[in-house]
Amino acid sequence: MNADFHNRRGFLKKSALTTLAGIVGTEIVFAEKMPKNHVPLAFDEGLKGKHPDMIVLSDKPWNVETPPHLLDDAVTPVERMFIRNNGIVPEEKIDPSTWTLTIKGESVKAPKVYKISDLKSKFKTYTYQLVLECGGNGRSGFVPQTSGNQWDQGAVSCAEWTGVRLKDILNDVGLKDDAVYIGYYGKDLHPSRDPNKVVISRGVPIKKALEDETLVVWAMNGQELPLMHGFPLRLVVGGWPASVSGKWLHTISVRNKEHDGAKMEGHSYRVPRQSIPPGEKLAETPENFRIIESMPVKSMITFPKTGAMVDLGKALSLRGHAWAGDVAVKEIQVSIDYGATWQKCSLQTPKNRLAWQQWSAQIQLPKKGYYEVWARATDANGVAQPMVIPAWNPGGYLNNACHRIAVKVV
Amino acid sequence: MIGLFAAAISKSKKHSLIRASAHPVIDSTDAVTGLALDPNLSLVKAQCTGCHSPMLILQHRFTRDEWLSKIRWMQRNHKLWDLGETEKPVLDYLAKHYAPNQSAYSRREPLRNVKWYKLEN
Repeated sequence: MNADFHNRRGFLKKSALTTLAGIVGTEIVFAEKMPKNHVPLAFDEGLKGKHPDMIVLSDKPWNVETPPHLLDDAVTPVERMFIRNNGIVPEEKIDPSTWTLTIKGESVKAPKVYKISDLKSKFKTYTYQLVLECGGNGRSGFVPQTSGNQWDQGAVSCAEWTGVRLKDILNDVGLKDDAVYIGYYGKDLHPSRDPNKVVISRGVPIKKALEDETLVVWAMNGQELPLMHGFPLRLVVGGWPASVSGKWLHTISVRNKEHDGAKMEGHSYRVPRQSIPPGEKLAETPENFRIIESMPVKSMITFPKTGAMVDLGKALSLRGHAWAGDVAVKEIQVSIDYGATWQKCSLQTPKNRLAWQQWSAQIQLPKKGYYEVWARATDANGVAQPMVIPAWNPGGYLNNACHRIAVKVV
Repeated sequence: MIGLFAAAISKSKKHSLIRASAHPVIDSTDAVTGLALDPNLSLVKAQCTGCHSPMLILQHRFTRDEWLSKIRWMQRNHKLWDLGETEKPVLDYLAKHYAPNQSAYSRREPLRNVKWYKLEN
């Protein structure tokens, strides 16, 4: 939010004050006496309960990312979890006791409606730590620039989600043999506020939908879902672009064909089937573009924060997370010489499938000067992160280039 | 030189949606030198490409200040004369046609805007 409303010294920008004056219809008296980094209530909606150093990329719809050093926890706290909204957060009063989930579509034997209390009583509850990463995380690294939120590194999280398995619900409903895909529908509003327009309705193939870790959840980190993250009910499908984990969930359609909801088409959450030169135009047809499924291997240095100045001769402790979509991470290494040599880090096993893994290392920086510490993870299939920006694509997706921090030995 | 290139690309441009290409299109370049056509081209030819190839200009993208530092460097080391009142139009020309742009970039830019702090370790 500093980026939007505050200047670099933490005071509100003049433009923000003008906007605010417009909202409240008067000048903000004593504006210069507002505490540093204070966010006046009118700006507060999407940032309620969020860490003050979260970075706002867009406030309508809300898109907010987390600086890497704030993602140090193994389980991402809600105040440090990125927000990616395509539309407007539901404005109606939400009553979880009357909220329903409808399962319908060509491939159900008969539609069925559940209240949240039905889900809780009828099916076994599971809790998993699951990585949610925006398909466009890292988009700002692509040249030429692609349109969309210019995410840096922080559109990723691994929270602890509690709910029921989608497969248990679908078993209870009863599926026909021809089910190939599911598509979700949520109660977020289209930015145009046209109630007939669907903001986003994406989904996954039935195989992914029936995995043990694909959940319909009502709780995050042991608490009721926050409004910004889908209260009172959402899908969580770990390891795939987070856009398949629909929020404010009210309907799941079981399809006998690839789901054709909003943001399934064009180049939304798709990449070229054949790689193209940076900047080249490509007709947005299904023949040219494939849907992004499992996210690529990636890692992050969450400690120390970039910019650390350390004393010569002292060991530097490093740590962070690594994840690799549907598969596990096999190895992670760090380099202090731009990839000329690599040092293996210690790597923990994931808490459960599709959770990120914690890594740590101790390094010695041989002499005074400027260093970059680079981290590179390799997945179970032997595929590693690229050091350079990977294949350019029109949507700016899947930039899994190595994360790095600046360190100075003084 | 690649390093200089990368350093010359302004990160502040990151959030502007459209960055015009500084690459001159074919029909707007001088047939002999390949330099961009412009009322100041004859001055540039007189002051620059008499001594060195126009390719030395064509392969670079610098800010106005960086182009000025090249002129100063040539004046210090290569006997380039004082450009006098032509210095401004020469710089205008270089800054207009050969400014940093996205077609000259590294696959990873230098880290920018690092806020240094003392880590107690």
